[in-house]
Formats: sequence, C-alpha cells, structure tokens
Amino acid sequence: MRRRLWPRGLRARLLVTFVLVTVLGAAAAAWSSAGSASTALVDSTQRRLTEATAAQIGALAPQLSYPPDQAGLDRLRAAVGPDTLVTYRHLRSADGAGAALVTEELREAVRVRGRLVAQRVGGDGGSWLLIGTPVMITDLDGTRTPSGIEVYAAHDLGDVERRIDGLTRSAIGTAALALPPAALLALLAARSVLRPVRELRDTARRLADGDLGARSLPQGADELAELTATVNEMAESVQASMAAMRRMQADARRFAADVSHELRTPLSTLTAVMEVLEDAADGMDPDARESARMAITETHRLVRLVEDLMEVSRFDAGTVRPRLEEVDVAGAVRDCLRARDWLDRVELTAPAESRSRLDRRRLDVIVANLVGNALRHGEPPVRVDVSASPGEVRIEVTDAGRGLPEDVLPHVFDRFYKADAARTRTPGSGLGLAIALENARLHGGDLTAGNADGGGARFVLRLPRGMADQVEDG
Amino acid sequence: MAAILLIEDDALLRRGLELALGRHGHDVRTAASGEDGLRAFRSSPPELVVLDLMLPDVDGFEVCRRIRAVSEIPVIMLTARGDDFDIVSGLAAGADDYVVKPAQPTVLDARIRAVRRRAPGAAEGVRVHRELRVDTASLTVSLRGEPVRLTPTELRLLLTLSQAPAQVFSRQQLLELVWEHDYLGDSRLVDNCVQRLRAKIETDPARPEYVQTVRGFGYRFGPV
Repeated sequence: MRRRLWPRGLRARLLVTFVLVTVLGAAAAAWSSAGSASTALVDSTQRRLTEATAAQIGALAPQLSYPPDQAGLDRLRAAVGPDTLVTYRHLRSADGAGAALVTEELREAVRVRGRLVAQRVGGDGGSWLLIGTPVMITDLDGTRTPSGIEVYAAHDLGDVERRIDGLTRSAIGTAALALPPAALLALLAARSVLRPVRELRDTARRLADGDLGARSLPQGADELAELTATVNEMAESVQASMAAMRRMQADARRFAADVSHELRTPLSTLTAVMEVLEDAADGMDPDARESARMAITETHRLVRLVEDLMEVSRFDAGTVRPRLEEVDVAGAVRDCLRARDWLDRVELTAPAESRSRLDRRRLDVIVANLVGNALRHGEPPVRVDVSASPGEVRIEVTDAGRGLPEDVLPHVFDRFYKADAARTRTPGSGLGLAIALENARLHGGDLTAGNADGGGARFVLRLPRGMADQVEDG
Repeated sequence: MAAILLIEDDALLRRGLELALGRHGHDVRTAASGEDGLRAFRSSPPELVVLDLMLPDVDGFEVCRRIRAVSEIPVIMLTARGDDFDIVSGLAAGADDYVVKPAQPTVLDARIRAVRRRAPGAAEGVRVHRELRVDTASLTVSLRGEPVRLTPTELRLLLTLSQAPAQVFSRQQLLELVWEHDYLGDSRLVDNCVQRLRAKIETDPARPEYVQTVRGFGYRFGPV
C-alpha cells in the first residue's frame, strides 16, 4: 500500500499548511536579509582590503630600486605582509600558505590589464581573497609604466565567513522561533473552524440516527454559520415531513382499524344468520331459494374480501409480526392440502421431514393461495415440490396449463390485478398473491412467478431456515 | 347442548348468534354489557360464557378475570383476526379458547362442544405423582392433600400429559388432543394454559417439576 504523505484530517491539513506557510515565510525573510548582509559584508571587506593593499603598494613603490634583485623583492614582500607573493620576471619571493593559492589565471589578468585585480578563491583551507597588482613606475614627467614587479597578497576570509555563518544560523533560528507560535496559531484557527464543523457532524449523525430534533447553534456570521443555519432548516423540513408522514400513516392505520371494526360487526351478524338461512333455504320457493343462496355466497365472498383488505392494510401499516414456531414444512404443506381436500388433485413431492422456524398459519396462507390458483386457473396435473437446503426451504407450485403471458408476469402480485378482463367473478379477492408475497417477505423470503419449461405457470416460494429466533414461550 | 351466557354489545350480532347457537341446540342467555353479563352470571351461573372483548363499560378482559376469580367454567372469547394483543391478553385473563370474528356458528359450536368435553370420563383410577394426586374417576386433583381447582381445559391438559409421563407432546398434538383444533391451532393456547396449570400445581412455576418444557418440541409430564 502506498503511504499517504498528505494527511487526511481537516485539522492536520490546516495545521500543516499553516505551519509550512509561516515557517517558509519567516525562513525566506531571514534568509534574504542574511544573504544581503553577507554580500554587503564581503563587498566591504573586499573593498577595504583592496584599498589597503593598493595604498600599501603605492607607498612602497618609490623606495624600490630598479631593476630589483631577490633581496629587494624579499624586502617588498615583508613590507606588504604575510601570505604574499612578489614576482619580477623569473624572480619570486613567496611567504605563507596564501601565496601558493595565486593562480596563473590571476597573474595573466594582472599582466594583461596592468592594474589591480582581485579574485576570491575557495579551497580546503577556507575562503581567500587574492589581490594582484603590478607595481607602477612614475617617471619625472608623471607618466606611469609597469615596472614588471607584481605583488600578490592573499587575505584569509575565514573570519568573514564565520560571521556570515553566524548570520545564517540566526536566520535559521528566527525561522525556527516562528514554528511554535505558528503551530499554536494554526491550532487555534483550526479549532475555531473545526468546532462548528464537528458540531455539524454530530448534529448530522443524530439526525441520521433518527433524532430529528437535533440542531446546531450557528455562531457568528461566516460561511460555517450559514451552513449550520442551512442544515438546521433542512432538519426542520425533514422533521416536518416526517411528522406529516407519521400523521398520515397513523390516520391510515386508524382508518383501516375503524373500517375493519365497522365492517366486522355487520359481517359477523350476516355470517351468524347465514347458517339459519341456509337451513331454511331448502323449504323456500325456487326464486327465494336462489336469492338466499346468492346472499350466502356473496356474504362469504364479502367476508373474505374484507379480511384480505384488512390483512393488506396491516401489512401497509407495518404492524404484522410473524409468529415463529418450529414447523415441519413438508407436514405443514400436506396438512394444508389435506384440509382443503386437494391431496388427490395435487402431485406432492416432499422430503420426509424438513424442520424450519416459520409462521405456520402464514405458510398455510401462501401454499393455499398458490395451489388454489393453480387448480382454478391452470390445468392438471398440479405439482407441489418441497425441497430443503441447509439455508432455505423451497416450495414450487407448477401447473400444466398455458402459463402466464409475458405481459401479465410483471403484474401477478399487484393488488386487484385480473389477468383476464372478462374473468371478473372469481372466488378470490384479487389480493391473494399480494398477501402471499407479503407473507413470504415477512419471513425474509421471496415469492417469484414464471413459466415452467413445459409451459405451465410456476410459482417458487423460498423461505430462509435461519430466521432470527424469537423467544419461545414455556 | 349447554346453558350459554353470550355477552355481546351489538344488538343484531347478539340476536344473530343467539338464533344460530339456538339452532345448534344450546340454551342461550344474552347480556349487552360487561356489568349486565357479570350480573347475569352471578344470578344464575351458566355452563359456558361466550364473551366479546370489545364491550362498552367493563371490557372483556376484566369480565373474564372477574369470572375466573370465582369460577372455573369455560370462557370462549370473540376476537378480531390479527389482534394478537387481544388474544394474548384474553388468554392471560383466563379464557379457554377464542374464535375470530366474523365467527361462523358451526365453528363456534364446535369449540363450545370441545371445551365442554374437556372433562373426560376416562375412569381408570387414581394417579399419584409425588405430592400430586390425580383422580381420573372423580376428576379431582389435589396437591399435598389440598384440592386444586382446575378449569376443564387445565384438567384435560394435565390428564393428557400425565397419562404418558415422560412422553413429549408437541404443541400441535396438544392442540388436537385437548382443544380439538385443526392443524392451524394457535400454540399460544397451549403455552398459556401450561402457565396457568403450573401456577396451580408447581411449587416453583419458574422451575417446574410436573409440566416441563422441552425446548423446540413441546411439553412433557415429569419424569417425577
């Protein structure tokens, strides 16, 4: 993994940037002042030495005898000072380490230009200033001609260098001194920026966790305060819409409950007296008998429709909780078919036993709906295959009819969807598959519709076996 | 054929159920409110009470509790489907069984007959299990010599379980054997009845000796 050089946190970034800018600024200022001071120092030293040497030579020149001999050169050298080289044609007189530094290049320059030449050289022994000058002879008429004597004086600049080093060190020191206050200022600045940011983050987190009353207090009038105010407005409107939604949901729930109560009582009365009517129907005249039978059939239909409607509204309200029990799925499917006298109309293949935790009544609702649909709308044979893997139980209901048309498939689970517009009077409520799907999802499973290879409709119910355990009574 | 007290506030439903249950051969008296029902219950105790939970004055749960305080007669509740809270509360108040509205008289009649059969006359003598004495002839139960008052359902559950000590009965089996429900019976009936039975016969209902839970399967009697 590549190492990240640039820190990720806002605080660290602010800190690093601020400190870098401050220290670089301080360093640049100190460095440039140290640089110009050094230049001035070197220049003034060079000028002083040059002038001193020129004056010295100027004073010594008239005392020389021409042409000079070795002794004369030695005297001149001694008079000029240490680290000096004096030459005249092939004669030379040298003294000190500095004399060895005189280059051929410098001598050439002095010879050619015929005046004072200065050169700075750096070497192992430190930095030196070399000054070379020809000794001029002034004739009686005042004209000056080179005498052929050349004087080279070397001056050790070590002292100057040490002073420049001192300047540089103090520049670094100044920059270093800027570091702690820069870091402190950066921390303060970062905190003043980050505190509102952190508060906003906490508020946003509380909002996300569902505490819609969470707000941040905007401080000052900067961009962060504006952002805080905007976040507060957003929270306000979210809270308002949530409250409105809850109110609507509660209204819908209450409405469903009211409707169920209002409908249940008259339907209970009707259901109670239908049996009396049914017993009496045989003795009625044909028209009255037919009317009575219609009233009975339609009452049952109405009961079924109202019960399905109430079941759907319970799912919509989110109040449905599965009642999980240890259930032998194959046995439950067989019981479901047996209770409705479907065992001899359905080919059931099921493992000996496949236990799973689920809601027995809801499983019955799903299976009864799927098999009932297959028997009503499909062609025999209707097959029910139960299979179980460690993770899930799978129930497949297949018929041998024409199957579901492509345009119907996406809508089979829609409420009140009727595939065949003409077939409006089916015994079902039109909610059966919608409820079956809700029940499958309630278990964390799924129900899908499709067509078998042979052409019939095939519904596949998959229910997970490891449904979260609920506390079992007892 | 039973003397039934029907407590239901809706006049038409009350009359409808009275008519329908009458045709099934029952002798039905009715009451329109909880107070009326309790008064009718005290003046001449019926053999069974059919009780609507939604009543205007004293609600069905309270009526059930007050009946249970003085009597062991069977109580069948009328509840709304999907109202799990009603069912659980009703069973906790001591009801023996429930029928979901809209109740078909045939179903209600079947429950009434089943609940009344819960005092079976399988006369085979006296079973003694440590301190618990079950007389299957006189259908009485005593614990350490003291008689224990059980409802017919509790008694039938105890008889069913103790008939085969150490045998595990699933909730569904018990629903079929004791309540005569079909395969979709509500296992909460069993759990609730077991709790009430334990409260009456166990020294420490939290650590039962007689009616033991077999996790994931059901219940068994003993072994004691």
